[in-house]
Amino acid sequence: MNASPDSAPRPRRRFLTEAAAGAVGACCAGVPLASGLVAWLDPLSRSGGAGDWIEVADVASVPTDGTPVRVTVISGRSDAWTREAAVPVGVVYLRRSGPTDIVALHSVCPHAGCFVDYQTDRKAFFCPCHDSTFAVDGSINDPRSPSPRSMDTLGVEVRGQSVWLRFQNFRPGIPAKVALT
Amino acid sequence: MKRLIDWIDQRTGMQGVLHEVLFERIPGGARWRYVWGSTLSFCFFVQILTGLFLWMAYSPSANSAWESVYYIQHEMTGGWFLRGLHHFVAQAMHVLLVLHLLQVIIDGAYKAPREVNYWFGVVLLMITLGLGLTGYLLPWDQKGFGATKVATSLVGIVPGVGPALQKLVVGGSDYGHHTLTRFFALHAGVLPGLMIAAIAAHVALFRKHGITAKQPYRKPDANFWPDQVLMDGIACMAVLVTVVYLTVRHHGAELHAPADPTQPFNAARPEWYFLFLFEFLKLDFLTQWFGHHGELVGAILIPGAVMGILAAMPFIAGWRLGHRFNLGFLSVLLLGAALLTVKSMRSDASNPGFQAAVAQARTEADRVVTLIKTAGGIPREGAAALLKQDPAIVGPRLFAQHCASCHRYGGHDGQGLVSSEPPSAPDLKDFGSAAWLRGLLTPSQVTNLAYYGGTKFKTGKMVRYVQEKLPKLEAKHPGALESLIEAVVAEADLPVNRAAAEARKPLIEAGRVAVTTSFGCTDCHAFRKADDDATAPTLTGWASREWMVRLVSDPTHADFYGQRNDRMPSYLKDGRLSEREIGLVVDWIRGDTDPAARLKPVTAAR
Ligand code: FES
Repeated sequence: MNASPDSAPRPRRRFLTEAAAGAVGACCAGVPLASGLVAWLDPLSRSGGAGDWIEVADVASVPTDGTPVRVTVISGRSDAWTREAAVPVGVVYLRRSGPTDIVALHSVCPHAGCFVDYQTDRKAFFCPCHDSTFAVDGSINDPRSPSPRSMDTLGVEVRGQSVWLRFQNFRPGIPAKVALT
Repeated sequence: MKRLIDWIDQRTGMQGVLHEVLFERIPGGARWRYVWGSTLSFCFFVQILTGLFLWMAYSPSANSAWESVYYIQHEMTGGWFLRGLHHFVAQAMHVLLVLHLLQVIIDGAYKAPREVNYWFGVVLLMITLGLGLTGYLLPWDQKGFGATKVATSLVGIVPGVGPALQKLVVGGSDYGHHTLTRFFALHAGVLPGLMIAAIAAHVALFRKHGITAKQPYRKPDANFWPDQVLMDGIACMAVLVTVVYLTVRHHGAELHAPADPTQPFNAARPEWYFLFLFEFLKLDFLTQWFGHHGELVGAILIPGAVMGILAAMPFIAGWRLGHRFNLGFLSVLLLGAALLTVKSMRSDASNPGFQAAVAQARTEADRVVTLIKTAGGIPREGAAALLKQDPAIVGPRLFAQHCASCHRYGGHDGQGLVSSEPPSAPDLKDFGSAAWLRGLLTPSQVTNLAYYGGTKFKTGKMVRYVQEKLPKLEAKHPGALESLIEAVVAEADLPVNRAAAEARKPLIEAGRVAVTTSFGCTDCHAFRKADDDATAPTLTGWASREWMVRLVSDPTHADFYGQRNDRMPSYLKDGRLSEREIGLVVDWIRGDTDPAARLKPVTAAR
């Protein structure tokens, strides 16, 4: 294989040249590749905002009989370069769990992220994707439900006449409730 | 490991290919003069790699292209470096191509039997130029937009099919979304694809005919690997180091402010390697000899003929002295291009209008970044909308257009251009400040061109008051003039004065009394209360935003100059400017341009 007439007698020099050629080549390819990868990995160094408190509804709009009401969460949102003051960022169900207590249930199914619907006739939540069902308080009410956990609750505060919410998204598919960053 | 390699080799013949690649014979051994082709391949490799990564962040549409490039350049980690590499390697590629071509001609490597290979080289040259041209538009900034507009309108002068061709290139009758999608598809798909095919053919033919070895041989024959590979590698490394140096030095590629088709952009120039063509088109002989066909001849026929001669060089070389002719032709061509480039750069350097436009472009580029950072992002309408609402940018522009034929701003037209005509109205830089007012109230200055010198008020009551009465009043009430100035300036409420307003209160109070009593200003002016028989502009809210907007809107209003108005148009009443535009000019003159105060970072609201 070694057909080169001048390198056969000087294997040491040949080895050094080979090593140098390889190193230089790797360096030349490495710099552009690395610069591209660094930019590509950029999303890892960004977090999705840590759930600010958002005013979502008037207390009076939440039915007193414990029926959940569907509410669209409007918030500021950054999408790469675009910054918007007020766009829909998610949907939650608000419900009275007591005379003065209000709970919020995330509409995203903890199983695989589909939109969970509230069915008034059955007085229960139902996810159409893989048939998870949840009781009106968000807990799993059918052992055959594939969802690994109850519907996700969100932090709620009643301030004066309005309901404030700490809106977050959670990782689907696992038993634990872990906020997405 | 060995077994794995064997397994693959039996199925792919990989080792044979590798062997052929690495052990091609080089008669006379490795030499530095053979490195050019490899550096070009290397550049193309870098462009593919960096281009793919840029692609992952780029958004080709008229209201997101600039914004996505902004994000790459100013927000993404290392984005500026990635973009800078792509930008400067493109430049390096053009330089290396010329060197490669030069060497091929000098060494006679284009002659039989390598004609076809040479033609592939010429095709590669054209593809590279095409990549440079299409890439220049993609950031959708003022610079790329302006330059590409010129380039595409040149397409339109092709006889017959020109207009249709232009429409196809632009993707419609005007620039827009489809201009970008089309340019991007060319830049990232069609041209690189053609290039890969052409490079493959070029290299395959090069292998078939072997290297054009330079006689006499200095060393025994050798293989490509490792000696020539090392030399090529070092050459590529030198290119890379240069490019990295340029990238770091310029902090990546320049990004101008977002394109705005409604604004003239006088700093538009093509990329430097097209400057010679740009300058060539401006040469007088084109129009002198060919009249209105000058553009066609200069932009299409002559470059076409040059390309034709380049392509015909292998045949020309067959004639006696043909090779000499080729060498001479190429030298003249390169020298001519170099001279034209220098000519273009020098005429730009000595053109104050162009320099002002470049400075303005830089200001706008920096400003839009400040605005975005302050607002915490770009609104959905795009970044151009931020600039359109910004007094620091729009103010001087409107001033130059609408006010600077009479007024000056610090001696110039608001954008740095100094007119040879004398002004016929006051200089409005620092209008509303104590310094400005003090100048007006100085007997030796009041008839300067910066104040009333150019107006009919030069011989008016106010000038007589300042020159005759004021010195006596000043002597009679020492120090009172200063407090008077403070009191009137307090009306303006300029942003620069706000911090210290509280501390000046006693002085202002004293001044307010002086205005109405000892100095008798209210004999003519109204001040802080309605005054029906006031004959001069009201001093209530003097130089405040509201006062100025009202004055500009209608100086003939009784609160201002009324019947005595001297040539100043009623901008709002006559429909010359909208209220919003007047507000922007006024905010700019008043120095009310701090983005932090104007753009609250967007917050959630129900
Ligand atoms: S996503 Fe809801 S059940 Fe699967």
